[in-house]
Amino acid sequence: MLDLAPDRPVLAGAAPSPDPVVATRGLKKSYDRRIEVLKGVDLTIRLGERVALIGANGCGKSTLLRCLIGLHEVTAGEVFALGERFTGLPCGAQKLRLRRRTGFVFQKHCLVRRRSVLSNVIHGLLSEPGSWRAFSHAIAPEPWRCLALEALERVNLADKAAMRADALSGGQQQRVAIARALVRRPALLIADEPAASLDPVSGQDVMALFARLCAEHGITLLFTSHDMDHARSFADRIVALRSGRVMWDKPAATTTDADLDEVFRVESD
Amino acid sequence: MSNPTEHLPPRLPRLSPLSFALAIAAGALVLVSIGQVAPSPGQLIDGGPSLVRLVGRMSPPNTDPAFLARIFWRIVETFQIALAGAAIGILLSLPIGWLAARGVGPLGNAGAFFAKGAVSFLRTVPDLVWALLFVATVGLGAVAGTMTVVVDTIGFCGRFFAEAIEDSEREPQEAIAAIGGNRLSILFGAVLPDVMPSLINTSLFALEKAVRSSVVLGLVGGGGIGQELKVAFDLFQYRNASTIILAIFLIVLGMEWATDRLRRRAQ
Repeated sequence: MLDLAPDRPVLAGAAPSPDPVVATRGLKKSYDRRIEVLKGVDLTIRLGERVALIGANGCGKSTLLRCLIGLHEVTAGEVFALGERFTGLPCGAQKLRLRRRTGFVFQKHCLVRRRSVLSNVIHGLLSEPGSWRAFSHAIAPEPWRCLALEALERVNLADKAAMRADALSGGQQQRVAIARALVRRPALLIADEPAASLDPVSGQDVMALFARLCAEHGITLLFTSHDMDHARSFADRIVALRSGRVMWDKPAATTTDADLDEVFRVESD
Repeated sequence: MSNPTEHLPPRLPRLSPLSFALAIAAGALVLVSIGQVAPSPGQLIDGGPSLVRLVGRMSPPNTDPAFLARIFWRIVETFQIALAGAAIGILLSLPIGWLAARGVGPLGNAGAFFAKGAVSFLRTVPDLVWALLFVATVGLGAVAGTMTVVVDTIGFCGRFFAEAIEDSEREPQEAIAAIGGNRLSILFGAVLPDVMPSLINTSLFALEKAVRSSVVLGLVGGGGIGQELKVAFDLFQYRNASTIILAIFLIVLGMEWATDRLRRRAQ
């Protein structure tokens, strides 16, 4: 059980800097040229910030996160991420540079079930030179094994390193996914509803872990959530999306229940 | 007041006139085929005494030590054909299966279609036909048999490997792509670990199939124990033939037992 209190003091360590880590200008994304999911998103996230992206299902949160690291091709507009500017799909070299400095945690942890916990964490080094040795901990260089074990220690799972990933609970698997994302000490950590598939206690633990590790290592955090308590507790800023556009963008401390209700009420109307 | 039984679904699905006509035509085709090529009861009764005579001439099986030693080395050769052919075929099927997997392979859907087509061609041509081709190409013997088993294994494993890869979990693949992994990283990091039990299962079936195949390839000159069987029947050495048939039975049974155990361990 994590001993971290999920509240403001955790976030106090990293003072937001004015340098943008991620920015989008007029970002649009359509599927099959007909379904326009993002309709011109302008968003800037600065170094050291922790930003929660909220909105109803289908408003474009996950699509926006995937566009930021080039998992989805942008239909129109520009994306600036970690010093790279791209429109459309970033080229191979851009993608590699971008993803080497970004950690991505999915809603469904996305571990390779039949591999060991340690191998899954070492997969986080797959874009490094000589990355074929990151396929399994059995062939990985010793420094990588140590790095992965350190990452597991940070999420309190070092004792589970040799176990198969699917032998862990949902919360533990999500912590392994966090260790995998953090093993390269990314500058930016993106998490797509990381607590959505977990029970409330595990979800709170995972979000607290995110907040603590990002604060300790000065990592910029962008996460999506349907849990307004998580958004308020673990983010400096909340950005609400509605129908593919930014509805409002406010410091977490100044958001009211009415603001949050508005996001979901308007969406469902 | 409406009758509630009105909404009961029919016990049997309703057939359209076209479906009914097709079903009748299919039934008629089966009956005509049976009438033309299946044995009649009279033929079965007439053949009975011949079968008894043949079994009598095959008994007892030949247990001459020199003959048994020759059969033993032929069995070893049969195993070698099956093992070498299946191993090479399975190894070659891995990249071919990847290329033929829609949505995962590097060639796109059009490339996967052509790769799958090539695998289908290898599979649909029977192994004895491949053996005849290879005997004509490299001559009589075990090499032709091994090449036949390689091609037959690719036709079998290529398809099942491609299907397993297509059905592999997409989320870990997306996670590795998000980390910066390329297609090879995704293949080795996420796809292969996920589909490994299926690949092992398919490979073990391929090995069983290769053993059965290598037993009969000798009938057309592909080496192995089948060659001895053909000689025994050609020279009316029925006691030799019964020994060989028993040996084949033991080989196939042993292989099925071994692969069943391996398959259980792989789960």
